[in-house]
Amino acid sequence: MHFDAFDRYHDSESFLHRLDPRVKVVAAVVFILSNALLQDGAWIAFGLSWLFLLLANQLSNLGLGFTFRRSLVALPFALIALTVLFSIPGKPLSSFHFLVWDLTITDAGLLRFVSILIRSWLSVQMAILLVAVARFPDLIHALEHLRVPGILTTIIAFLYRYLFVLADEVFRLMRARESRSAAAPGKRAGGSVAWRAGIAGHMAGQLFLRSYERSDRVYNAMLARGYAGHMETINPHELRRRDYITVALVLLAILFFQLVGRL
Amino acid sequence: MHYSPQPLHIPDGFLSFTVSVICWVISAITIGMAVSRSNKSLGERQIPLMGVMAAFIFAAQMINFPVAGGTSGHLLGGALAAITLGPWAGMLVMTAVIAVQALLLQDGGLLVMGANILNMGLITAAIGYGLYRGVSTGSRSLKLAVAGIAAWLSVMAGALFTSLQLWLSGTSQLQVVIPAMLGVHALIGVGEALITVAALMFILQTRPDLLGENSVSAQGSRGWMVAGVLITLAVVLLSPLASADPDGLERVAGDLGFLGKGVSAPYHILPDYTLPFLGETALSTILAGLIGVVVVGAIIVLLGQGLKAKS
Repeated sequence: MHFDAFDRYHDSESFLHRLDPRVKVVAAVVFILSNALLQDGAWIAFGLSWLFLLLANQLSNLGLGFTFRRSLVALPFALIALTVLFSIPGKPLSSFHFLVWDLTITDAGLLRFVSILIRSWLSVQMAILLVAVARFPDLIHALEHLRVPGILTTIIAFLYRYLFVLADEVFRLMRARESRSAAAPGKRAGGSVAWRAGIAGHMAGQLFLRSYERSDRVYNAMLARGYAGHMETINPHELRRRDYITVALVLLAILFFQLVGRL
Repeated sequence: MHYSPQPLHIPDGFLSFTVSVICWVISAITIGMAVSRSNKSLGERQIPLMGVMAAFIFAAQMINFPVAGGTSGHLLGGALAAITLGPWAGMLVMTAVIAVQALLLQDGGLLVMGANILNMGLITAAIGYGLYRGVSTGSRSLKLAVAGIAAWLSVMAGALFTSLQLWLSGTSQLQVVIPAMLGVHALIGVGEALITVAALMFILQTRPDLLGENSVSAQGSRGWMVAGVLITLAVVLLSPLASADPDGLERVAGDLGFLGKGVSAPYHILPDYTLPFLGETALSTILAGLIGVVVVGAIIVLLGQGLKAKS
């Protein structure tokens, strides 16, 4: 499998691509934090945040609508917020009958529902942009600089490296299962649900053992190359003036959004 | 892409700032403990092992099996990771998996990652390992049965905690989100239990040394049993209480200052989590919950026996 089946890095030359990954992580997290702190119905602040996002898109050289295209991934989860439409007391907007319930949409409920969706929509786009402009190994390196425990970043680095190998392993297992599961015309393949779950479980067990043994081989190969307990890196990240200025500007902008949202 | 998102990954925007931060603090403290324990007890050899095992959990979540009507069951893996790798390592592995899903695939948010790690990584591992540890010296079928129940409970606990966080954030209504989430995950959990049991059975047959007395799995202290049982009890007691007496829970949360807004309900869904002869009391719903756990346990044991007979 090609590695970019999972990786969503978009190689390009741009202002955002050249920034230090730490700056990108901090900016993205602060932006998402700011969205969570904005009150319901702070439309002007939401609008400004959106403009900020568009500006970031523009600076990434990937096009204004880049993050919009994949921004609806969190939408199915909106279902879980649906109940606020009816549960917050307020002026009734419309009522209807659904199965056994009489439901009334209130203005306060609608306000809250739309605010939740906007927050989620803005935040997920920033997360999409973050992995699009920073290589994942650089992101991990940035996390290390930002005091995430070394053991955790090392596990994440391994996860990222072997994900593609083990995903290939899974596809081989699934292909093997499919080729074993021929069905006579008009008949259903496979046994009961429990039987099928058992097969899936055996596949997971098989994958476990293959991974376990692979980790042994990986360790030996690493030892042979001089591994002594921690990973070395050859591209040291250093913060330049551009990075400090960007962080300052981002923080100022976010502060401004918060002030606008509270007026 | 075969990668299918799990219904428990909360995206950013759905949890309030306060709830997100509280969950981050709880998760960070637990992960910190896991890091310091692992740094002390693990050699450098364990690091690649845990890394590759994190990739294993990620990949194993892609294995699915058709259930019915186009839906499929698959693995969350928290209980399996903790049982095979030990509790602290299992927690670190699950944390890495959830972090990569959020960072790389935007499956789950960044600010709410603390909550996602807590729900899907830490609680699942604590229940999975805690219950399993209690019988790790017992017979094979007992171990498998308990692992199955623990896997089912771990998914239910994750769903319960997710529901509570959504409700405390004012995103969902308790009366709806608890029965909906627990109902769906009662089924998802059966898939989790079956896959976990079958995977463990396979490992016990081929490499019993990995789960034997000197393995990492057996090194967790007995304190985990207490932790596992306590969290399980909390889930068993809290879920029926939350579905049958949401007003009471809302009052408690209000007293504790969690609920900013008074969320009143213009309609009610009263789930049938009660025993007729006890009436609609809290005791009745708790007993109903316990009976539910026993019934699911029995089903899993029976299915496990069936699996064993065939394999």
